[in-house]
Amino acid sequence: MTDPALLQVDGLSVDYLTPQGSARACSDISFTLRRGEILGVAGESGSGKSTLITALTRLQRPPAVTSAGRIVYHPADGEPVDLVAQSERALRRRRWRQLAIVMQSAMDCLNPVMRLGAQFTDVLRTHDPSLDRAAAWQRAGELVRMVGIAPDRLPAYPHELSGGMRQRSLIALALACDPDLVVMDEPTTAVDVVMQRQILAQVLRLRERFGFAVVFVTHDLSLLLELADRIAIMYAGRIVEIGSSADLYHRPKHPYTKGLRDSFPPLHAPLRELSGIPGSPPDLRDPLPGCAFGPRCPRAHAACEQAVPPLRTVEAQDVACVLYDPQNPEATAHA
Amino acid sequence: MRPAADPDAIRTTTDPPPAGTAPGPAPRKRRGALRYFRRRLGFYLFTAWAAVSLNFVLPRFMPGNPADTLLRDLQDQTGQAPTPEQVHTAQTFFGDPTKDLLGQYLDYWKNLAHFDFGVSVTNYPTPVSQLVGQALPWTVLLVGTTTVLAWVLGTALGAYMGWKPGSRFDAIFAPTTTFLHAVPPFWLSLVALWGFSYKLGWFPVGGGYDPKVPFSLNNVWFVLSVLKYGALPACTLVFVGFNGWLFSMRNVMVTTVSEDYVLLARAKGLAAWRVLFKYAARNALLPNITGLAMAIGGILGGTLMTEMVFSYPGLGLLLMKATTGHDFPVMQAVFLMITLAVLVANLIADSVYVLLDPRTRDEG
Amino acid sequence: MLNGILRKWNVRIGLGIFALALLVAFLGPWVAQSLIGWSGHQVDYHAIGRPPGHGHLLGTNTAGNDVLAQTVLGARGSVFVGLVSAVLATVLAAAVGVPSGFVGGRYDRVMTAFTNVFLTLPSFALTLIVAGYVQGAPWLMIALIIAVFEWPGGARYLRSQTLSLRGRDFTVAMRMVGETRLRLVFFEVMPHLTGIISAMFLRAMVAGIFAEAGLAFLGIGSTDTISWGTMIADAHSQSAILNGQWWWFVPPGLCIAVLGMATALVNFGIDEITNPRLSAAGRRLVKKFHAARAAGRRAAGPAAAETAGRST
Repeated sequence: MTDPALLQVDGLSVDYLTPQGSARACSDISFTLRRGEILGVAGESGSGKSTLITALTRLQRPPAVTSAGRIVYHPADGEPVDLVAQSERALRRRRWRQLAIVMQSAMDCLNPVMRLGAQFTDVLRTHDPSLDRAAAWQRAGELVRMVGIAPDRLPAYPHELSGGMRQRSLIALALACDPDLVVMDEPTTAVDVVMQRQILAQVLRLRERFGFAVVFVTHDLSLLLELADRIAIMYAGRIVEIGSSADLYHRPKHPYTKGLRDSFPPLHAPLRELSGIPGSPPDLRDPLPGCAFGPRCPRAHAACEQAVPPLRTVEAQDVACVLYDPQNPEATAHA
Repeated sequence: MRPAADPDAIRTTTDPPPAGTAPGPAPRKRRGALRYFRRRLGFYLFTAWAAVSLNFVLPRFMPGNPADTLLRDLQDQTGQAPTPEQVHTAQTFFGDPTKDLLGQYLDYWKNLAHFDFGVSVTNYPTPVSQLVGQALPWTVLLVGTTTVLAWVLGTALGAYMGWKPGSRFDAIFAPTTTFLHAVPPFWLSLVALWGFSYKLGWFPVGGGYDPKVPFSLNNVWFVLSVLKYGALPACTLVFVGFNGWLFSMRNVMVTTVSEDYVLLARAKGLAAWRVLFKYAARNALLPNITGLAMAIGGILGGTLMTEMVFSYPGLGLLLMKATTGHDFPVMQAVFLMITLAVLVANLIADSVYVLLDPRTRDEG
Repeated sequence: MLNGILRKWNVRIGLGIFALALLVAFLGPWVAQSLIGWSGHQVDYHAIGRPPGHGHLLGTNTAGNDVLAQTVLGARGSVFVGLVSAVLATVLAAAVGVPSGFVGGRYDRVMTAFTNVFLTLPSFALTLIVAGYVQGAPWLMIALIIAVFEWPGGARYLRSQTLSLRGRDFTVAMRMVGETRLRLVFFEVMPHLTGIISAMFLRAMVAGIFAEAGLAFLGIGSTDTISWGTMIADAHSQSAILNGQWWWFVPPGLCIAVLGMATALVNFGIDEITNPRLSAAGRRLVKKFHAARAAGRRAAGPAAAETAGRST
């Protein structure tokens, strides 16, 4: 963990505006991402993890707005900048060269009426005007070859490619301008398990070579345990626990993390008895005064209902749970 | 940092090749496009046959004898008994009574092949083909220019509105176009004619050209007078027409803008105009082309009615004179012209669609 | 879903306009006689081609008929043709489209081809040529002719909707249980299509009113009734424009336009429910949010002003 910081997210909040009032989809998110690090973000659907992705990349669509916080980006050369305060024009110059994204459904992410190659060359030539058409095409060929697609598929239209090919070409596309950070939003949900393994292995290998950092969002915690250096667990728009993959797996602190871990079968460990988490995620438009997980938590008690617990460093990870509050008499009971 | 040859590349691809990829992409695609085009052409030929046959069948199965009706009307109008030639024309137009139905049908096709639509009854003995031939260029000119203008204008404005829904421009235009779209074109023509020609006197009250100028395409004054006389009908038609395109393009655009590929284009840091044109509008355009094919019949109908209001010397005026004079041969010829024009327009729209949407080229 | 649609303000206004038009259509002669004082056919020999005023709210035409009374009477001529043609067209569309989508196979292929041929042929021209041969027909006949060429669009749409319903779990389940096809169509499929069919019906009604007006304008409409179309046609043929009698042709045309707008309003409301992305409300809220923030920043002083220029 000696690498310098690449991205510092500080108190980030995202609201969805509705005529009836706003719903806070992400609240007070803070974390630091180091160069070349893979940070996994896990949570149930509706936990705000996809909202976090669009906020980080400043791609959110109405009615979502960033209502508070900073996203400080540290370029390899030059001063740190707050992405939240940047104008669309200034951002455009940073996009893809520093900040790339791989989205969920590959079928919908490629322009159906443009050849695959053209979707590479337009971004290549936008960010490097000195590149001529032929050189850009050549470079596009190199990129798709990296993910196991023959360059002679470049003239194909997206509908002529298989699902796996489309997903891998999106990863190749993300690497086109050699970014510092690639944000991935469940890039493997639409493909079968075999392809999922291949893609993950590829992401790890390419990271080794190019050294980009990754924020990888998924609902599948077991997948992150394989892939990520650190994992953040989100619940109801907040990070409830963040720490290294190993710590999180072997010594989960938050009851929700425990529940999440125990509801997935481990990939490379002896099978444990699986148990789900009863109940369903809360309504974000009408947040509880205390811990949002309280109503579903097996260890809930009176202190949980008083205030939203802040993230506290407990041993190797940070946890937002009153069980670890030194002032809480119940805290002694912790795992 | 650029990798030359990549050792990490995965060679064991699990994807099966897409169906029918044997000879490489280019020839396969062209064949697909050709097949699609041939299928559409076949459909339009069949539809044309159906229309032409309907045109044959209708008068023969209508209650009463159209030939008699026609002669009676003619007598009512002129106040004198029809000449033997007129009686002959009226009777033979609906087929030689001495032949059976199949024989009449074959004769009918033979005549059509020679562009012989019979002889006009009210303008006896002018051949219908001559009347239609005189009127057709005016209608083609009017409907062609106004449809293209309205479509381009509506689509462009709609793309802009859909790009930024909720803008002030959008908030003003969306309701106005809704209302204008609901106005019958011939009524709007009447209002325009009354307002601009009668009240303000900016435009001529009717006709397609200045009758005082010699009728010749080489004459600049004649061409100018055509523009002057055509301006108000054309403006009215564009004004009526563009609302529909604007509205549909806006709605498709709003949906397209929230597609993931547009979001990704934005994430790629492409220039705004490139995202707008190459990603959003380029895809939103496709339904509007299909829409053009579907709407062309209605547009033509509206144009003909507008011609009647402005006494514009096209098929519409011819049709109006024919219906009031019960000139069935002319009505039938105009019907055929409209139908065939619509089919041709559809075929053109289909061909453009094939060029613009690669997905149609691979459909079996 | 139906409840949500009925709560939309634009749907309510649209349906309100339709209800009003129907009411006027049914009560037309009574309204004209007792509220306006002129029957529409009555001639006022002291007011020939008079502009609005002097006891005639919308003036009189060259025959001395009260234009307002005629417009009220014309509602019946137009709306009834629209109504009858819409009923017939909708029934035809459902009769062709629903079985075609439900049965599938060769029957579907034949019916689809048949529908497509009629869809491609311009209905305007078809209506015209048929109406041309039966000139001077009663309004019911005109409605029938309009309906006969009005159904294909609806049939195609209903077919595709039925096709998707057929594959849904509940229909498959009912089929497994051994329900007859007829029962399935009427009790399982049709209820799901009522929303679509009602919207189609409104559109068909306005299309019928448009078509009737067009035919009347061409002089081949019904001769036995006054309609908005015959009023416009009479005004045109009797040179109302050259005489500057705008009050003669403006009211009936506006009535048609208002009914057209009413369908558009209803369609808007349905679109907003079925395709929420079309609504611009979200964007407006975001704009307001940023405006409020910028104002807050200005109030806070110049220190925070550096970030004020950003968008979204």
